Amino acid sequence: MDSTGDAAAEPLLEVRGLSKIFGTLKACDSIDLEIRRGEIHALLGENGAGKSTLVKMLFGALEPTAGTIRWKGQEVAIRSPGEARRLGIGMVFQHFSLFDALTAAENIILSLDDPAPVSAVAARARELSRAYGLPLDPQAHVGDLSVGERQRIEIIRCLLQDPELIILDEPTSVLTPQEADKLFDTLETLRSEGRSILYISHRLEEVKRLCDRATVLRGGRVVGHSDPRRETAASLARMMVGGDVPVVVRDKPAATREALLEVRGLNRKAGHPFAVSLSEIELTVHAGEILGVAGVAGNGQGELFEAISGEALQESADTVRICGHAAGRHDITGRRLMGAAFVPEERLGHAAAPFMTLTQNLLLSRYRTDARAFLGRLGIIRNAVVASAAKRVSTAMDVRKGSEDPEATALSGGNLQKFVIGRELDRQPRVLVVNQPTWGVDAGAAARIRQALVDLAKGGSAVLVISQDLDELFEICDAIAVMHGGRLSTPVPIAEATYEKIGLLMGGARPEATSGLPLEETV
Amino acid sequence: MRIELVKRPQRSALFSMLSPFIALGLTLVAGAALFLALGKNPGEALYYYFVDPLHETWSLHELAVKAAPLILIAVGLSVCFRSNNWNIGAEGQFIIGAMAGSILPVMFPDFQSWVVLPLMLLLGVAGGAAYASIPAVLKARFNTSEILTSLMLVYVAQLFLDWMVRGPWRNPAGFNFPETRTFHAFATLPEIWPASGRAHWGFIFALLAALVLWFVMTRTLKGFEIRLLGQSPRAGRFAGFSREKMVLFSFLVSGGLAGLAGICEVSGAIGQLRPIISPGYGFTAIIIAFLGRLNPLGIVAAGLVLALTYLGGEAAQISVGLSDKVARVFQGMILFFVLACDTLIHYRIRLVAEPAVRGEGARADV
Ligand SMILES: Nc1ncnc2c1ncn2[C@@H]1O[C@H](COP(=O)(O)OP(=O)(O)OP(=O)(O)O)[C@@H](O)[C@H]1O
Ligand SMILES: [Mg+2]
Repeated sequence: MDSTGDAAAEPLLEVRGLSKIFGTLKACDSIDLEIRRGEIHALLGENGAGKSTLVKMLFGALEPTAGTIRWKGQEVAIRSPGEARRLGIGMVFQHFSLFDALTAAENIILSLDDPAPVSAVAARARELSRAYGLPLDPQAHVGDLSVGERQRIEIIRCLLQDPELIILDEPTSVLTPQEADKLFDTLETLRSEGRSILYISHRLEEVKRLCDRATVLRGGRVVGHSDPRRETAASLARMMVGGDVPVVVRDKPAATREALLEVRGLNRKAGHPFAVSLSEIELTVHAGEILGVAGVAGNGQGELFEAISGEALQESADTVRICGHAAGRHDITGRRLMGAAFVPEERLGHAAAPFMTLTQNLLLSRYRTDARAFLGRLGIIRNAVVASAAKRVSTAMDVRKGSEDPEATALSGGNLQKFVIGRELDRQPRVLVVNQPTWGVDAGAAARIRQALVDLAKGGSAVLVISQDLDELFEICDAIAVMHGGRLSTPVPIAEATYEKIGLLMGGARPEATSGLPLEETV
Repeated sequence: MRIELVKRPQRSALFSMLSPFIALGLTLVAGAALFLALGKNPGEALYYYFVDPLHETWSLHELAVKAAPLILIAVGLSVCFRSNNWNIGAEGQFIIGAMAGSILPVMFPDFQSWVVLPLMLLLGVAGGAAYASIPAVLKARFNTSEILTSLMLVYVAQLFLDWMVRGPWRNPAGFNFPETRTFHAFATLPEIWPASGRAHWGFIFALLAALVLWFVMTRTLKGFEIRLLGQSPRAGRFAGFSREKMVLFSFLVSGGLAGLAGICEVSGAIGQLRPIISPGYGFTAIIIAFLGRLNPLGIVAAGLVLALTYLGGEAAQISVGLSDKVARVFQGMILFFVLACDTLIHYRIRLVAEPAVRGEGARADV
C-alpha cells in the first residue's frame, strides 16, 4: 500500500449523510463517518441502533436510501458485495457462510470472483495463515472445525482479496477469550500494515483495548465520537444507552429441594459427522435455582439442548424428567405441556421463522400451551388474541421495531433475541432451558434479560442457562457445570467457583486432574 | 462477456404482485411474434385464441369443463409446494383416481342406484391419495427424491390405464375399440345447468376446494404448520411439528384432489375410460399453482387463464389453421415468463465484460 503524503491525510472511506429507510423506520439517519488509513474504528450502539444496516450498505448488501460514500476521495456506488470486494472492502459476517462438507480451501475458492486451482489457493491461504498468525489447515473439513477456526477461514478468505478496509460484525461474540486474544493480535498486525478495520462489538472492554476511535450510534444517528482508550466501559455504555446500565439484582431465594429438571445418564450418538456425541450427562435443577453450563462452543451444547428440549427423543422415558414427569419419550410439545420452555441458540431459523411476523412467531412455540386462548374451534387462529400477546411481550422486553408487527428478519439481532426470550417468559414456565441468552445483545438489554432469568428463578422456577460468557454465568448462576467433549462436569457451587477453575475445566482438564482445588469435595 | 445473476439487496413488493400479469403480457407479445413468424396475422390469431372462446355461452361452459380439473389439481399442489414437498406426479394420481372411481360403473354396470356416484367420487379421492402416498412414504422413510419418484409413477399409471382399457376393462360390446363401456346415468356427474352447456359439478367442487383450502391456509393452525414447515424446517421442528407427517399429509391432500379431478373428468366430461383421458392436466396444474402464487384464490383465476389456452388452441386450429401444439407452446411460454419474472425480482442481471480465461473449467464445476 503506497501511502504518499496527501493520500495518507485523506480518509480511506468517507460517508456523508448516509440513510436507510425501511418503510417508515429510519434505520440509519444521515450518518457521517470517516475511516482513516491504518486505524481500528469501533462502531458502537444499542441493539437496533443501525450498526449492521450501516455496514451492510458499505459492503453493498443493502442499497442506501440517500447519502454518498467516498472511497479514497472518489464517490462510489457500491451495488453488490462483489463490487465492494473489487474496491478493496472485505467483510466478515457474524454468521458464517461456509459449507460443512467442503474443505477450508474449497470454501475459499467458492467465494473468489475469478476461480483458481485448489492447490494455488491452498498455498496462498497457508502463506497468509503463517503471516498473520491464523493457524489453519486448508485441507480440513469445515464441519470438523471449531467456531474460532471457521472464523479464521472467513478472515483468510477476506484477506486473499488484499482488502484495505476490513469490516467485522460482532466477531468475538462466538469466541473463547483465548481465541479472541489471538484475533486481536491478528488485527493489530493488519493495522500495522496500514489497513483499516471497522469493528462492531458489544464488548466494551475489548473495544477499549483494541480500537483507536469509536463512533456511537443511537436510533440510527451518530451521537458521538470518542477515543475509547480514554473512556471506561461504563462511560461508553452510558453513551450508547443514553443513561445508566442497570445492575442485575440477585438475592438468594428460599432454597427448596424440589427437583424440576432432572437428566440421568443421557447418552446420545452423534447424528451426523459434524455433531458431538453426548455421554453420561447428569444434571439436576431445583426450584428457585439457576444452573449454568459453561464451555467452548461445539462441545455438545447444541446436542444437549436438543436432547432436553425433545427435538431429539431419548431411549428411556426416565432419562429426562420435567416437573416430576418422565419426559424422555415426549416430543418438544409434550415437554412444553409439562411446564418447560426452551430458547435455542440460533434465533433466526431455529427459535423464529425469518419470514413470519412476530405474531406468528409467538404462536410458533405456544400454540399448544396456550391453545385455549389462541385457538378457536377447528383450529382457527384467534389473530387478535395472539397479536395482543405479542405486543405484551414486545412491551415487557422493550423490543424496538420499525412497524407494529414486522417479520422476524426485519428485527435487529438483539431485539429478536429479546423477543424470543420474552415469548417464553411470558408463559411463566416452571422450567426454562436457554442456550446463549444474551448473544449479541447490548449491555442494557443483556442486563434486562439476566434480570428476567433471575426473577423467574426467584418465583420458584428452575432455569438452565447454557452460555459461553463466563461473566454472565458468574453473575446469575447458583452453580456452574462445564461441558467438554460431550461430557458434563459436576456442578461447582458459585461460592467455590473461580474463573481459573472453570477455565481449566473448559480446556478439558478432568475434575480429578485439577487436584489441589476444592472442587474435589463435589466430585 | 459473461452474464451473472447478482442478488438484489431488496425485492420490490410491487413487482412481486405484478409479476404474473407482466408474465402474461410478455406471453402475448411473444405469441404475436410467433404467429407473425408463422405467416399469420397476429392480431387475428390472438383474437381467435384468447377472445373468441369467451363470446358464447356454450364455450364458457367448455372453459369451466377444462378449468375444473386444472383448479382441483392446482389447489392441492399449492398445499404440497407451500410445505416444500414437490409432487410432480399429479397426472398419475389423476389417472389412478379416475380408474379407481370407474370400478363401479365398469365392473358392476348392473349396480344402479343413487349411491353409485358418491361412492365413485370417494373411490376417486382414495385412489389418487393412495397413489400419492407411494412417493410420500418413500420420502418420509428413505429420503428419496419425491420429484423423481412421483414423476416416474406418472408413466406407470399411464401404461396401466392403457393396458386395462385394451385388456380387462375393454367394452365387450365395443367392436374392439380401446374403451370401457360408457357410464350409465347413475354414474354420470350431472351438468350444473344442462340447458345451456356441458359444465359439470366438477367445477363447483373446484371452487369449493379452493375456498376451503384458502381458509385452511390463511386462518387455521394447520395452514400455519404447512407454511412454517415449508419456509423454515428447523423452526418447524422447534414448534413441535413433524416433517414426516407433513410429507404424508400434503401428498394425501394433493393426491386426493387430483384423484377427484380424475373421476370428475371421466364421469362428467368423457363418460368412459379411454387410453388417454388427460391432455396433461397434471402438469399444466403445476404452472397454474405458480401463476396463482400458490394462493388458492389466485389459482382459480390462473386456472381459468390456462383453460383458455386449451380452448384457444382448438379454436385457432379451426379458424386460423394453426397446429394444436400451439397450446403447449403458450403454456410453456407462460411458465417460462413467470419463472423469469420471479427470478428477476430476486436477482439483477450483470454483464461482465472481461473474459474469464483463468479457470473457466472450475466455474463450470461450481
Ligand atoms: N430488512 C429490514 N426491514 C425492516 N426493518 C429493518 C430491516 N433490517 C433492519 N431493520 C430495522 O433497522 C433497525 C436497525 O437494525 P440493525 O440490524 O442495523 O441494528 P444493529 O445496530 O445491528 O443491532 P444489533 O446490535 O441488535 O445487531 C432495527 O430497528 C431493525 O428493526
Ligand atoms: Mg447487528
